[in-house]
Amino acid sequence: MDYEFVKTTCPFCGCGCQMFLEVMEGKLVRTIPDRGAQMNEGKLCIKGWNAHQFVQSPDRLTAPLIRKNGKLRECSWEEAFGEIVSNLSTIREKHGSESLAFLSSARCSNEENYLLQKLCRAGFETNNVDHCARL
Amino acid sequence: MTNSIPEIEDADCVFVIGSNTSEAHPLIAHRVFRAKTKGAKLIAIDPRKTQVAQQADIHVRIHYGTDVVFLNAMMNEILRNGWHNQQFIEERTEGFEDFEKAVQEFPIEKASEICCVPVDVMREVARIYATSSISTILYTLGITEHSHGVDNVKSLANLAMLTGHIGKPSSGVNPLRGQNNVQGACDMGALPNVYPGYQVVTDIVTREKFQKAWGVPLSGEVGITIPDMMDGLIDGSVKGMYIFGENSVESDPNIHHVRKALTSAEFLVVQDIFLTKTAELAHVVLPGAAWSEVEGTYTNTERKVQRIRKAVEPPEGARPNWVILSELGRRLGLKNMDYGSAREVFDEMTSLTPSFSGITYDRIDEMDIQWPCPSQDHPGTQYLHKDQFARGKGLFHAIRYRPSEEMPDEEYPFILTTGRRYAHYHTRTMTGRCQSLHREFPGPMAQMHFSDAERLGVADGGSVEVTSRRGKVVTPVSVGDIVPEGSIFMDFHFEEANPNWLLGTYLDPVSKTPDYKVCAVKLEKHL
Repeated sequence: MDYEFVKTTCPFCGCGCQMFLEVMEGKLVRTIPDRGAQMNEGKLCIKGWNAHQFVQSPDRLTAPLIRKNGKLRECSWEEAFGEIVSNLSTIREKHGSESLAFLSSARCSNEENYLLQKLCRAGFETNNVDHCARL
Repeated sequence: MTNSIPEIEDADCVFVIGSNTSEAHPLIAHRVFRAKTKGAKLIAIDPRKTQVAQQADIHVRIHYGTDVVFLNAMMNEILRNGWHNQQFIEERTEGFEDFEKAVQEFPIEKASEICCVPVDVMREVARIYATSSISTILYTLGITEHSHGVDNVKSLANLAMLTGHIGKPSSGVNPLRGQNNVQGACDMGALPNVYPGYQVVTDIVTREKFQKAWGVPLSGEVGITIPDMMDGLIDGSVKGMYIFGENSVESDPNIHHVRKALTSAEFLVVQDIFLTKTAELAHVVLPGAAWSEVEGTYTNTERKVQRIRKAVEPPEGARPNWVILSELGRRLGLKNMDYGSAREVFDEMTSLTPSFSGITYDRIDEMDIQWPCPSQDHPGTQYLHKDQFARGKGLFHAIRYRPSEEMPDEEYPFILTTGRRYAHYHTRTMTGRCQSLHREFPGPMAQMHFSDAERLGVADGGSVEVTSRRGKVVTPVSVGDIVPEGSIFMDFHFEEANPNWLLGTYLDPVSKTPDYKVCAVKLEKHL
């Protein structure tokens, strides 16, 4: 049986509790608090104990969507990327870099936030990037 | 946070203001309660009888939005009694004279009336905070989410500097950050005025460093904030928007305004793991991988950089966000967007960010590291401002009281305040899909005072119509004395009773943070 424990950080609040994900046959089955963690000392709150449950929701998006005739329909990654690059580039050419805005995410990782602000600043020559910290 | 979470338990006065710690930050609340068990005085300042307030030695049931008055009066009383730290003020601060003048305008008797707090309670709180040897301040959105949030924060900084309760173990000014990586998103430069590590975009030397590293020209103009982006979409100055992992439609104040903004976009991209209300408005939606499906790091509220690790594969069709963003960069013609792993992205970031220079995946596997960590032989920084402040001398600010923008009147006589509940997270896109959490807290439940409920003829568990100048929402209520008379508390977790339909867009003039805590409403029994 394929069975392992993977150490990670809770995805909810800013406490940053350390936990193990219990993985059986490629599926998340449980979270277990890390007793060795200085911050949470083997404890989790009700959200941390149940943090694995949303990941395997049947509602997860599994294909890019594109709006056609007013409705969102599934499309290929190739089509989605093409549409994004062509539309954002056209807006930049017609209206200038300052007509574009990027919202990054306090829920996503450092690496992802670094890349999103780099994409905005280097890709479109604007500093119009923000996230919900001010909300 | 200037300090670390475990340090809280060794304080002998814990001053919690505008923080529902046990619901929003349960494992920090644990340290607060442990401090109390070890003999600390616990002071809670909050209009609501939160769990922390109920456990506190003193609960100051301050009137909504009057924090500046309360804090200035506390400082007035501290100065009057000589409880301030003269040596700290002289050696480590500047701007004291103007500050002192402002504080003199707030005698405790006058403040007592505005804040609805008895004079002797104010005096006792001032004495305990100032004269305890290790005092620490914890605050959250009850301080910042006001149209005068920056004034509130500066007042807390004044209080800590006046008494010298900062720059020591277990003693400082500690904002508790609400999201897993809101600290990291700021640190990574997802802000319109700074690159990673708070290096300002208007500084030419900094800009040249990033231009060289990224191989393209960069803008030296400060960008726009979220509220300005939304206004820009409506006035046409912003045409295209890329929203990454954010459900703006349900989480920003004044949903009418946000929906109008996002539907005005010529082109809207949303990258997320679920089809949120925001994604429903997009022209293109990109499916990202979730937290347990990727490698990476988060930075928690005590500035500690910690790993997340891939435990399972993303669902077929979804891709890791870093892969999506680098692919887009490549297609835009950026030369150096080829990464083999999240670790390579992290290493590029640390090479450009002095406060992260000494942090590597290998090091944080071995030990806890909190930034600033300038070199690989540096252990990281457990608490900030030890011998001097980041700017050199700590700057006192003279702060005057500005009432909240929308106070109750005859037509809208109640105050609406909003916040989080223990079992849910924000717009429930995640916690609403955790069966156990859904069962624990399946629907909205506002809180109102029993005397108001009796007057309106509303029973515990009954429903009220809450109307503001923006709209109307119906919500079930629990009746008791958690909120003071004349106010209602609503959580923002449920679409069917989301107070963001009711809130206005009153912003702090400096931070552009909207007021989520004080909104005038009318309450009626829902038949």
